[in-house]
Amino acid sequence: MLLKQISVFAENRRGAIMDITGVLFNAGVNLRAISIADTTDFGVVRLIVDKRKEALTALRENGMTVKETDVVALAVDDTPGAFHNALKALTESGIMVEYSYGFVSPIGEGATIILKCDDQEKALGCLTAKGFKLLTADDVKF
Amino acid sequence: MSYHMYNREAEAMPKEKLRELQSERLCEMVKRVYEKVPMYRERFDSMGLKPEDIKSINDLTKLPFTYKQDLRDNYPFGLFAVPMDEVVRIHASSGTTGKQTVVGYTEKDMKLWGEVMARTIGAGGVTKSDIGHISYGYGLFTGGLGGGLGSETIGCATIPASTGNTKRQVTILEDFKPTFILATPSYALTIAEYMEQNGITADSLNLKAGFFGAEPWTESMRKEIEKRLNLKAYDIYGLSEVIGPGVAYECECQHGLHVNEDHFYLEIIDPETGEPLPDGTEGEIVFTCMTKEALPLIRYRTRDVGMRIPGECECGRTFVRMMKPAGRTDDMLIIRGVNVFPSQIESVLMELDGIAPYYQMIVERTGNLDNLTVLVELTEDTFTDEVRKLEAMSKKVTDAIHSVLGIACKVKLVEPKSIERFEGKAKRVIDKRTQVNF
Ligand SMILES: [Zn+2]
Repeated sequence: MLLKQISVFAENRRGAIMDITGVLFNAGVNLRAISIADTTDFGVVRLIVDKRKEALTALRENGMTVKETDVVALAVDDTPGAFHNALKALTESGIMVEYSYGFVSPIGEGATIILKCDDQEKALGCLTAKGFKLLTADDVKF
Repeated sequence: MSYHMYNREAEAMPKEKLRELQSERLCEMVKRVYEKVPMYRERFDSMGLKPEDIKSINDLTKLPFTYKQDLRDNYPFGLFAVPMDEVVRIHASSGTTGKQTVVGYTEKDMKLWGEVMARTIGAGGVTKSDIGHISYGYGLFTGGLGGGLGSETIGCATIPASTGNTKRQVTILEDFKPTFILATPSYALTIAEYMEQNGITADSLNLKAGFFGAEPWTESMRKEIEKRLNLKAYDIYGLSEVIGPGVAYECECQHGLHVNEDHFYLEIIDPETGEPLPDGTEGEIVFTCMTKEALPLIRYRTRDVGMRIPGECECGRTFVRMMKPAGRTDDMLIIRGVNVFPSQIESVLMELDGIAPYYQMIVERTGNLDNLTVLVELTEDTFTDEVRKLEAMSKKVTDAIHSVLGIACKVKLVEPKSIERFEGKAKRVIDKRTQVNF
């Protein structure tokens, strides 16, 4: 199953990211993971949160530009080569990874990797078939 | 098809009769200003010109020009041709540079204003059974009170909504069901945007026509407004020095704007030489207010760029049509030697799919080089999670501006609503260059 990631547009100015985290804090939303892609002019802040609906509403009400994107959340062991094996499986199936970031797994052991691939459904099928453990919205909710 | 006209007798008057009327009115006006306005008397005298030398409208070119500077030099009431006792209204437009421009109206001028504005709105099919929503600013700006006056002259129930408080304006549009609206085009889009954000569709409104002006706007913006507010959008033109809104207006054919020529005579001149240009040639718009009592200006140089459209209009009006001004020379920027009108940038943005019409131009000088930055707001529709696509979007805008204007610029995507919304006139340009020429 794919996980919903929230992306927020941020201008390159002081406090832009803090504005985003401030809105989420006030809405009682907990961040599970955050990654920032930046260029010289702007950034895209990518978030995995516990309360998705509340986060979207609060961000929009504060005039922010948001978009939801489906991503693959992969649980891997905290051992050398674990992530490499997943990437190898995807690459062999002709899937390209557009971006990726990781965080300490909310389920306690190992790590969680967020992946955005050019063909998300195919990536999902490939990883499932290879026996990788994928996380769902429920796993990040608790 | 029969075309709507508020005053058919005047608007479709035979050409020869119009010419006669113009001659008669010009001669009378010249006598009056010579007698009453010291500046004109001095100017006539120094040219050796006597009021009797003006025998018909053909003699117009013998008369001296009036410049915006003349209004400033005679600030505030020095060019008025009547004693203050006879003035019933004062308007003023805030000058971006220097003093404000002050204009006055007698009771008869107010009637004239009502008449020409009534023709403007009437051309869009408005009759006294209509309800008018006036979203131009009420106050010193001529838009609100002038627009309202036209609506009342027709006999419409008139709502002086003025600008601001968009939420309340939308409630009025929904509940009072006005059938036409007057606003700046940018404010019309602000209203449309508010409605969309709050799930209000144009179906719940009853607007059939809108009369937009007071700032430059493009054909693509017209389509956008028509689609989003579900009405027919008319372009109107005016300037406070001549009377305010009501100088020229579109008929249902929408091929140029008919000038209320029985009161305001339009010339197009070469701005360099001052020579009149033939119909169909672009030049500076010059107006003579033949019937105004309080402030009758002779050959007023508007600094707007326009054209007299040759030929007759299908609607039956005999009044000459002028091409929508390409932009005010005041708004024009010279960037690296290239003339740029903000409206050109706007056309570029409107023609690109999925680009919001909210933008701001910032001109700066680094060393000896002018740098143009165009801020463009993102919307939820245009925003994407992929950085590459956002960068491609900026590049698309940069390329389009380059191909249209021939200058390189930097496009910066900004957060929605971060560009100030102007509920009156839009200020699209921030020129940070200090004015040092040569
Ligand atoms: Zn016409």
